[in-house]
Amino acid sequence: MSMPEPHLYLSTGPHIRRGRTTADIMWLVNLSLAPALLWAVLVFGWPVLGITLSAIAGCALAEHLACKVRGTDSTVYDGSVVCTGLLLAYTLPPGIPLWMPFVGGALGVFFAKTVFGGLGYNIFNVALVGRAIMMATFPVEMTTTWLTPGFGQIGGVDALSGATPLVSLTGGPEAVEAAIVGLPEGMSEGLAFLLGLRPGSVGEVSVLMIVAGAGFLLWQKIIKLTIPLSVLGGALLMSPWSPDPVLYMLSGGLWLGAFFMATDYVTSPSTLKGQIVFGVGIGLLTGMIRNWGGYPEGICYAILLMNTMTPALEEWFRPPRTAPKGTPS
Amino acid sequence: MSTATTRTSPPIGTLLMRGLFDENPVFRLALSLCPAVAVTTTVKNGVMLGVAVFVVQVLSSVSASLLRPVIIPKIRVPLFVIIIAIWVSVMDMVLAAFYPDIYAEVGLYVKLIVAFAIIISRMELFAMKHPPMPAFWDGFGMGLGFLVAMILTGALRELLGSGSVFGIQIVDFNPLLLVILPAGGFFTIGLIMALFNWVDVKRGIAVKDDYKGCHG
Repeated sequence: MSMPEPHLYLSTGPHIRRGRTTADIMWLVNLSLAPALLWAVLVFGWPVLGITLSAIAGCALAEHLACKVRGTDSTVYDGSVVCTGLLLAYTLPPGIPLWMPFVGGALGVFFAKTVFGGLGYNIFNVALVGRAIMMATFPVEMTTTWLTPGFGQIGGVDALSGATPLVSLTGGPEAVEAAIVGLPEGMSEGLAFLLGLRPGSVGEVSVLMIVAGAGFLLWQKIIKLTIPLSVLGGALLMSPWSPDPVLYMLSGGLWLGAFFMATDYVTSPSTLKGQIVFGVGIGLLTGMIRNWGGYPEGICYAILLMNTMTPALEEWFRPPRTAPKGTPS
Repeated sequence: MSTATTRTSPPIGTLLMRGLFDENPVFRLALSLCPAVAVTTTVKNGVMLGVAVFVVQVLSSVSASLLRPVIIPKIRVPLFVIIIAIWVSVMDMVLAAFYPDIYAEVGLYVKLIVAFAIIISRMELFAMKHPPMPAFWDGFGMGLGFLVAMILTGALRELLGSGSVFGIQIVDFNPLLLVILPAGGFFTIGLIMALFNWVDVKRGIAVKDDYKGCHG
């Protein structure tokens, strides 16, 4: 029995399209992450590139296998999984053994993304779940394999025996002083931190490079300033309780998280009020975890915690659906 | 439920399969997950709790079935709890006397068996309506299902988390520490649940909506 030729074609929205696909956006995001990576290679040497490739490979493999199992076309090339890998690598210490980002990326994508149904269905930021899994799985390597920054001497950076400035923030000003190594002579702390000449995770050392990438995204209208500013504002509110507010604001993944992770389309609210509450919540939680929590860095868990609030925020700040006055009901 | 009529009981094979697979307490009904996750960091601990639950389940089911004529339906739940508590006390003392080293680790959860939903639900749903022999096999199947779940989860977690099985070291490092943590326990149980659903799909049975989890 042959079906009659349909006279009316029906399809679900959206019907009006802009000439930019998800893949375009994701590759632009990846491009905007490039400056931070280049900077990391300059500061920490080639291993950084290996960590990044390893994380991307792990994420891509998990995504590809999931698509195979589901019987759909591989979604590796839409760039979102590369973005996940990049962001995951950026949150890792630069001296971590190369196989660990691979495992973390694969597990993160599997548990946080493909299990939920792939891109668009994940509740949590995939890269941060990967990091949280790595933090639980390799606690020693994730907190001790820091490198001393060595600008220009590629391949010849020393392992750092001790805490990063962020780790020592809870230990008071003297501990911070002791932990700041590898800063250029005669440069103020604030400037060194702004530029990124300090020990830290791969992609977050340079606030300047992150802001440069974020500026590109803002110019391309891919992200809005609402969430990042709320996050930074929330963190600023908590800075009086920090032993060194300047380092507190300039260090760790705060800026990376604010601009690149909290703004993830899938896991953040879509209304203005919701975004402000979401961002401020992240900032406050970050401050609380850093100042009084058991972990030195709080942004990862702060974003994951607020991710769980996103559905509720969408519900609470739902725009009114009433018809404008004067329209016949 | 004042009519405690004896119905025709299903065959033993069905009762066993129901406990082991179709209505597995942990992987299908998702009952007693908290102790299941807390205890299964090693196979040994898992087996201990599994055996305790198995014995208590069988004895409680048979007791409830035997006492059907005298149990007043209005107060049956407190009576169930008393029956379970009696058998749990027996198990508790036996384990404490014969396996003091493992008991030191899982003793707390052995006492908690009194509050295990699976045991009381089998008494309410099955033992109260059937004669002792089917009640025995129903308890046997359900208890066995729990024991198998404990062994499966415990083996997976111990192998992945500490690289050993039954305390025998297989690899000399901790491959995935996460699996030992409570979160990893839930991940493991979730993965085995997925496996159960997958087996159902392969057998050509439509997966029940309840087992699908979130509807994405």
